[in-house]
Amino acid sequence: MSRDDANASGPPESRPRRYFLIAATSATAAVGAFGAAVPFVKAWVPSAKARAAGAPVTIDVSRLKAGEMLGPIPAWRGQPVFVVGRSASDVRQLEREQDQADLADPDSENLERQPAYARNPWRSRKPEIGVYLGICTHLGCSPKYHGEIKPEPFDPDWQGGFYCPCHGSRFDLAGRVVKGVPAPDNLDVPPHSFLSDTEIIVGVDENTA
Amino acid sequence: MNAPKPHKVPRVRSVPACAAGGMPTPAQDYTHRPWSNRRRSRRSLWRLFHARAWALRLALVGCLALGLPAVAAESTFELEPMTPNLADKPSLQRGMALFMNYCIGCHSLKFQRYERTADDLAIPHKVALTNLVFTEQQIGGLMETAMAPESAKNWFGAAPPDLTMVDRVRGTAWVYNMLKTFYVDEQRPFGVNNRVYPNIGMPHVLMDLQGTPIEDCRGYKPVDILDGEDAVVALSTGTVDREKNCNFIEVEPGTGLMTEEEFDQAAYDIANFLHYVGDPGRAERHRLGYWVLGFLALLFVFATMLNREYWKDVH
Amino acid sequence: MAESPPVRALPRLLIWLNARLPLTETVEYHATRYYAPKNFNFWYYFGILATVVLGIQLLTGIWLTMSYVPSGDGAFASVEYIMRDVEYGDIIRYVHSTGASAFFVVVYLHMFRGLAYGSYRAPRELLWLIGMGIYLVLMAEGFFGYLLPWGNMSFWGAQVIVSLVGAIPFVGPDLMEWVRGDYLMSEITLNRFFALHVVALPLALVGLVFLHIVALHHVGSNNPDGIEIKTNKDNNGIPKDGIPFHPYYTVHDFQATVAFLFVFCAVVFFAPEMFGYFLEKPNFERADPLKTPELIAPVWYFTPFYSMLRASTFPLFGLTAKFWGLVVMGAAILIPMMLPWLDRSPVKSMRYKGWISKVMLALFVLSFFVLGYLGTIHATPLTTAIAQIGTIIYFAYFLLMPWYTRVEKTKPPPERVT
Repeated sequence: MSRDDANASGPPESRPRRYFLIAATSATAAVGAFGAAVPFVKAWVPSAKARAAGAPVTIDVSRLKAGEMLGPIPAWRGQPVFVVGRSASDVRQLEREQDQADLADPDSENLERQPAYARNPWRSRKPEIGVYLGICTHLGCSPKYHGEIKPEPFDPDWQGGFYCPCHGSRFDLAGRVVKGVPAPDNLDVPPHSFLSDTEIIVGVDENTA
Repeated sequence: MNAPKPHKVPRVRSVPACAAGGMPTPAQDYTHRPWSNRRRSRRSLWRLFHARAWALRLALVGCLALGLPAVAAESTFELEPMTPNLADKPSLQRGMALFMNYCIGCHSLKFQRYERTADDLAIPHKVALTNLVFTEQQIGGLMETAMAPESAKNWFGAAPPDLTMVDRVRGTAWVYNMLKTFYVDEQRPFGVNNRVYPNIGMPHVLMDLQGTPIEDCRGYKPVDILDGEDAVVALSTGTVDREKNCNFIEVEPGTGLMTEEEFDQAAYDIANFLHYVGDPGRAERHRLGYWVLGFLALLFVFATMLNREYWKDVH
Repeated sequence: MAESPPVRALPRLLIWLNARLPLTETVEYHATRYYAPKNFNFWYYFGILATVVLGIQLLTGIWLTMSYVPSGDGAFASVEYIMRDVEYGDIIRYVHSTGASAFFVVVYLHMFRGLAYGSYRAPRELLWLIGMGIYLVLMAEGFFGYLLPWGNMSFWGAQVIVSLVGAIPFVGPDLMEWVRGDYLMSEITLNRFFALHVVALPLALVGLVFLHIVALHHVGSNNPDGIEIKTNKDNNGIPKDGIPFHPYYTVHDFQATVAFLFVFCAVVFFAPEMFGYFLEKPNFERADPLKTPELIAPVWYFTPFYSMLRASTFPLFGLTAKFWGLVVMGAAILIPMMLPWLDRSPVKSMRYKGWISKVMLALFVLSFFVLGYLGTIHATPLTTAIAQIGTIIYFAYFLLMPWYTRVEKTKPPPERVT
């Protein structure tokens, strides 16, 4: 018998058995390889230390005034959080914008961007206080707060909101993205709740304490 | 191994003393719902701890005055065997409760996190936070001690060691025996000494639970019947060799909150808990290990059949 | 019959690739047309197993490096961080620590195979030397890696071994400072050892393993009979006693690998400390430059040589016992390199050598085990005496070889493999 024949697949009568055993062994080994990969893949998820560092953070908002912003505060898993104070006219402005055509998602229809309790014209629990994740939905830069209604270099008709210097994305005071900028979505609203009138906890949806 | 023959294993005896208040006893419902009376017991435990605080401070002053360092010699004590049981969650939970109440004031478990511990021991986070975490830590925090290292050094001469891996360094039986073999020794700065850890530089924190353990030197032989070297030593120093002659530690009746059995169980629980903390992944690795080995056995069957099939060609 | 495009695309891609890269050629040269003797036995598994362990160590090592902090303050804590906070970190760490010991187990068995069947003899002298190079790099890997957890045994073990350098006359003390970069083992030493352990030595190791395999496939494998299968070829120029490595030895080695992994995983999952032999108790305490552990014992794979070091207790020719300890230990590690020129026997395999060779090999293995055990316990006058005898036997195996391999009566090896 030539060894090259054996090399290919052995004598004809044993071929089916060989193919079956190769398939069975390979399939089992593939399952094993998959299992062995799990620890290595899982080792990359945020560790207990990272999760502890990203634990809920309490923010004191007693000194927050309308037309001002607290932050960026590293409050949501270490990422910058903006807490904006809004005046009555700001709130009315947000409600008006709701009907206007120049916002990409005025009604917060992308439900992944905010918890249910923030799906309203102000995108917040209370109209006068907004909590937003200061990470542009385009490529992750942190936008700047431009709260005043005044002509800005990037928009002569600026109504107040956030402007991202990286790629020029603009958001209104409720973190809603305007049309025609690179950012595809509104700013995220992190889970948060009010511990009292003057304290917000970022990271938990309900006041469980 | 030519170490001198160790003396008889001592037994700790005590008389049931305090039926009301204090640590929940194993006989209580505690085993199944360890949190049922946690709040009450936590308060009382702290009261006890505070009541002892003054004695502790006095002892510290003594320690400073004598300038005794908190170091200890090795002992040839023969350890009573102790088998940890990681499947015994109630024991681990009680051990954690005892550690949090009596030990973490001085000894940290600074590599271990509350969250992981609570999860592994099946303790709800909220319960753990309200009943077991006495510092301003969040659930994800490390189990640090509240005592500042600076003051620790001032009080004890050296910072009390972290105990995360005491089980791996010393062994579970060592921890168990050490907790059980404190005895009153007025010569020592803290008024107690230890059989397993001679000249230990810490107070007997569990004395409220155990009662006052005193050496029983019934094994003491009068000098005239001691032979050879022992007699010479005893005559010249006027002392007896404690290692050889004081075989028993007896608890003064009515001084402890626990019976002997309860205290043994408490020591077991703490040692068991520290065994868990030493390598918290152990139980999970064992669980996973059986699957891995089972899988490899299956793969080996296929590999063997494949090998045999091909080697039919080789003559 | 019309072929579907994917089936046609593969050979065409292969043709394209083969024109630019010796792909098929390499596979044929090293696997499907690499003819290995058909009489490999149990001892021939350990080469492939060493390669498997190398792969395991590289993979887990890379993953450990991701979370390890090579600093005096951070190293110990970062290992515990891996053990507790990183998902599956404990398993990855234990695979690596067990892998270190497993590496030496399979390499020692692999080397024993070489001794028994004369695998170091011509034309495989260079193959043997490259293998010894791998062994030396492996020892360095083990030594440097053991410092990284920054436990108390890490610290003092490294301290003891580095202090050996101090025994070299004249330059010793300065050399010691140079190696440590400090007056004691410190963070600087740790950083150096880390760089060597995770970058320099693995590169050297992979390079040497590559050379080892290339050299092996060039000269062809030895076998338990110690005869050359290439001297007996059929009309196609294929050795009559050879079989293609693939598929015969791939399925063979796969089976052995699975069996090995079974034992390996049993240790990893159920006894990663291996009763203190793989991970020593004092190493669960942070390095303390003021407190030496009760018993300084290197990890088991160094203990035979450590025993010989301790067995050197008397000065000679005006040089200290400490210096001679270093010499003895160094010589013991390096002397197997001389084997190809020490063995003067007309036959290669132990199967056909005389009884003196067999007795000497048995004594050698015994002395290696005894020395290994003695290195793990406290030295007493008795154990030192035994270690001295063991050391003499160890060296006698090598140094008397030119004599006993020539005088003993050998059996004629067969024409074809058995």
